[in-house]
Amino acid sequence: MIEVRDVYYTYPNGFTALKGVNLTIRKGECVAIMGENGAGKTTLVKHFNGLLKPTRGTVVVDGVDTRETSVAQLARKVGLVFQNPDHQFFSETVEEEVAFALRNFGFPEDEVERRVEKVLKRMGLLEYRKSSPFSLSGGEKKRLAIASIVVFEPEYLVLDEPTIGQDYIQKVEIRRVIDSYLETGRTVVIVTHDLEFVVDLRPRVVLMSRGRILADGKAEEILSDSKLMDDASLLLPQMTELAYKLGNPKIPRTILDENDMLEVVKPLLKHRGVWRS
Amino acid sequence: MRVFEGLRFRRVPSPIHELDPRSKAVYVAVLSVLSIVYSDPLILAILMVMQIPLVYIAKVMRFWLNSLRGSTFLAVFIFAVNLLTSYLYMGGFTLEGLLTATAMTLRFILLMGVFSLFFLTTTPEDLSLALEKLRIPYDICFAFTAAMRFVPDIALEAQSIMDAQKSRGLELERGGFIERIRKTLPILVPLFIRSFQRSLELAEAMESRAYGAIEKRTSLYELKMARNDYVFMILSIILLTATLLIKPP
Repeated sequence: MIEVRDVYYTYPNGFTALKGVNLTIRKGECVAIMGENGAGKTTLVKHFNGLLKPTRGTVVVDGVDTRETSVAQLARKVGLVFQNPDHQFFSETVEEEVAFALRNFGFPEDEVERRVEKVLKRMGLLEYRKSSPFSLSGGEKKRLAIASIVVFEPEYLVLDEPTIGQDYIQKVEIRRVIDSYLETGRTVVIVTHDLEFVVDLRPRVVLMSRGRILADGKAEEILSDSKLMDDASLLLPQMTELAYKLGNPKIPRTILDENDMLEVVKPLLKHRGVWRS
Repeated sequence: MRVFEGLRFRRVPSPIHELDPRSKAVYVAVLSVLSIVYSDPLILAILMVMQIPLVYIAKVMRFWLNSLRGSTFLAVFIFAVNLLTSYLYMGGFTLEGLLTATAMTLRFILLMGVFSLFFLTTTPEDLSLALEKLRIPYDICFAFTAAMRFVPDIALEAQSIMDAQKSRGLELERGGFIERIRKTLPILVPLFIRSFQRSLELAEAMESRAYGAIEKRTSLYELKMARNDYVFMILSIILLTATLLIKPP
């Protein structure tokens, strides 16, 4: 469990990025943190593995206060994948890049080899194992960055903007990784602007704005609330927007995507005899 | 990272900021010459103390002190290396060895302080204009100011890279000397690669905005030496000659 209690954070330059954040993330949950640029999303997740320590308040990961332990120890539990893959590659080959964290955490060499192979296969990068990380395409780089963290199977996987600049096929791949991670009973936290991706994933949604948490709840409740979404400078999902515009009492506004819409509209059309299946 | 912060321009209204970069450059040159010519810790200390009122007038004391604090590690290193070499050469700790080490360290701190004051109070644009006035080709002026301009960005990037590698279990604080040097590779390699990428991106962006389309550039703002600039320059030169006359090295 990650417990964030009344956390304030002020950067050395005087900017206060977090102003009294309270948040509890339980094991096995899938959480999306959303909000405008500069809302404090990345600052918040950097507290999860101790890269930043709260100016005021506490962050407790599985019973351990982040102030009383090292980043390396927390990183073993909370795997943080950064936005820009170019900020981490340095090895000559893809497999060395993936093995880096395992070696830092002192895994035995045969285990390193086994895990590297397994994760590269899962990420569809096995054929590049001897290539340079810098020769990969944008999407492959992103997957390699995720692989370099997933490989040590942290209890909590935190992805900062995983879908930014990715095409549809890459997004499907990333979604697959998230699903298989959740299947093992582990926790996934994503920081994102990608409304489509979140609508599809249906996680618990935490809405942030100007260093505070505006709302926290099911995707259906949060993403369809026009007032909340407006406060967080986010647009409503297209289908929700349509439901609002239809203004029909039989069409609820908690609709998020085309499947929700279909479910509601189908009986209405059938009733009028317009529907042909 | 603090060292970089101390070399970054701060926009505050002050008489020092208003001085022409050329007159400030004369001051920097005078103090650089003096700090190299003299090896007496006392004189170096006096020159150092003389900076303080100027920094105060320039209203950049906090940033200036930060850049000095940021260079503590190097200062300690210089002191230790000098003390060690004097120990090895003279076969023991001597007063002379101690004085040389102190002088070397003070010299470093003095230069750091002088340059920090210059960069804290001079906009990159003014610097570029001043270099152009000195008939340095514009390409070189631009490269220089672009480099200065990117220092804080690169410092930020270094921080991101460190965060990313720490998240992969890299412990920079642990291990022996060789081990620690080896551990800087995961930081330095991405930093260099990003810097190359950045310069290529910059070159492309500049070319798409027609950089170099006109042979002879003109400027909207022209640098002009005012009375204060001459006063400051003359005072600097008086400082140089007076010190050299009163106490020849």
